[in-house]
Amino acid sequence: MDENRSAAQRLALARHPQRPGAREIIGALFPEFFELRGDRCCGEDEAILGGVALFHGRPVTVIGTRKGRTLTENLRMNFGMPSPEGYRKALRLMKQAEKFGRPIITLIDTAGAYPGMSAEEHGQGEAIARSLFEMSRLRVPVIAVITGEGNSGGALALAVANRVLMLENAVYAILSPEGFASILWKDASRHEEACALMKMTAPELLELGVIDGIIPEPEGGAHEDARAALAALDAALVKQLEALVGRPGAELATERAARFRAMTFAPR
Amino acid sequence: METMNNVFEKRRIRLQAMKTLYGSYLPSDQMLTCPKCAVESPKKEVAANLSVCPACGHHFPMDAVSRLRATFDGGKYRELNRGLGAADPLRFPGYAQKLREAKHKTGLREAAVTAQGKIGGRPCVACVLDRRFLMGSMSAAVGEKITLAIEHALSSRLPLILFAASGGARMQEGICSLMQMAKTSAALARFDEAGLLCVCVLTDPTTGGVTASFASLGDVILAEPGALIGFAGPRVIEQTIGQKLPEDFQRAEFMMAHGFVDAVVPRGELREALSRLLMLHGGGNADG
Repeated sequence: MDENRSAAQRLALARHPQRPGAREIIGALFPEFFELRGDRCCGEDEAILGGVALFHGRPVTVIGTRKGRTLTENLRMNFGMPSPEGYRKALRLMKQAEKFGRPIITLIDTAGAYPGMSAEEHGQGEAIARSLFEMSRLRVPVIAVITGEGNSGGALALAVANRVLMLENAVYAILSPEGFASILWKDASRHEEACALMKMTAPELLELGVIDGIIPEPEGGAHEDARAALAALDAALVKQLEALVGRPGAELATERAARFRAMTFAPR
Repeated sequence: METMNNVFEKRRIRLQAMKTLYGSYLPSDQMLTCPKCAVESPKKEVAANLSVCPACGHHFPMDAVSRLRATFDGGKYRELNRGLGAADPLRFPGYAQKLREAKHKTGLREAAVTAQGKIGGRPCVACVLDRRFLMGSMSAAVGEKITLAIEHALSSRLPLILFAASGGARMQEGICSLMQMAKTSAALARFDEAGLLCVCVLTDPTTGGVTASFASLGDVILAEPGALIGFAGPRVIEQTIGQKLPEDFQRAEFMMAHGFVDAVVPRGELREALSRLLMLHGGGNADG
């Protein structure tokens, strides 16, 4: 691991166009993936990919955000920024996982929830809030992995998990550094300064207690050797899942809620 | 030395709080211009009218103390976790100074004030965000105060009323602020399972991480007329879509028409509405 890489350098790796995303991860590690679509309310959001699959022979529900590889895909997937329909689909799949006693694995790479007119009209805030609320009490194991960028409530909406992991060069933050600089200093061009202050890298977040583990990446980043990166992710998921599977559902829910209840960050 | 400074700091804040209170008892003869209808009214008259413009009904922002006094029977309540204030978890440059200024300006220790009192004779717990304090943004301490209030209401089996007024997450606390969305939502899930009533009152503005957590999770969601309610702020949306938004977009009435608010209630009728909701969910008698 390269401990000395700056936050801005990690961000560039996290956003690398060739970085393995949800589709590649699911393709490599989750055989028999059966995609499930739609929120059963009004739409289907391709920014979120989800379904049932096998993980080392065990049925699991896997849900990931995706940005798309080509411009056509980018547009269809809204550059990985989910709409309320996407969050409602994800929650539908999670409740289904609970029904069938399947562990849930989420893969997060998003610039944030989509800030558009239709998203507001369809209740973006409510959709995220509901996801946080319901995820906190799911009675099956939940593991979240920040694979690239994990920004804002849009990322957190899929990360109320028993274990939250990050790839070594992934970032997890309240907002994109550009948005952060724009809000705080009214100057988006100061994003590099924001990167340094925001504590968004995996080692910083592990120290703060926001995440539980870091998955090492190959020298130069996950895109340099996707096979090695995916093998490391696979090993980490196996290890975490082993510790969670078979435990009583109520205990898993209580432990998950307690994990977030402990996030006081020493107020005075 | 540290302790001495803390003592003086606390005393200064208490003094400021008293000044603020005194000010709301005896408003000066200054005039206030309504931003909506441009009519000038004496400050005294506006304050007596729950900070609503006597000419056009525009709702001015209301500070947390006035809100609690206007909500609870006889203006009486017991504040919970009063001493809890923001830390500086990321040691963010300039934040400590911003906090000091906000404390001096408002007489509060944080953007959230939580309290227990009675409405229509029925005991309940209320959380109020004060937008004068760094735009009512959610710090780790705000999240903690709200969570403690939810837990207090749960263990006392009391209904909960959440008044939101917030620009969203507190940027200077970064990820620590983001985590409060999950913390407060998880606390409300446990509250929900106990079969207790939670009412959200959305006031101007309710946006960002507050909309995307506790403010959207009430059994009943009320809103004040004209309040801006949304996840993304209008400026961000306009930048994203490259066009100007209609005037009514994300306003309380718009959100009600889109199915996210149960009722738009003018401030003057809010206490009565809350009292009725408590009665309808409480069974039993008042003052029980």
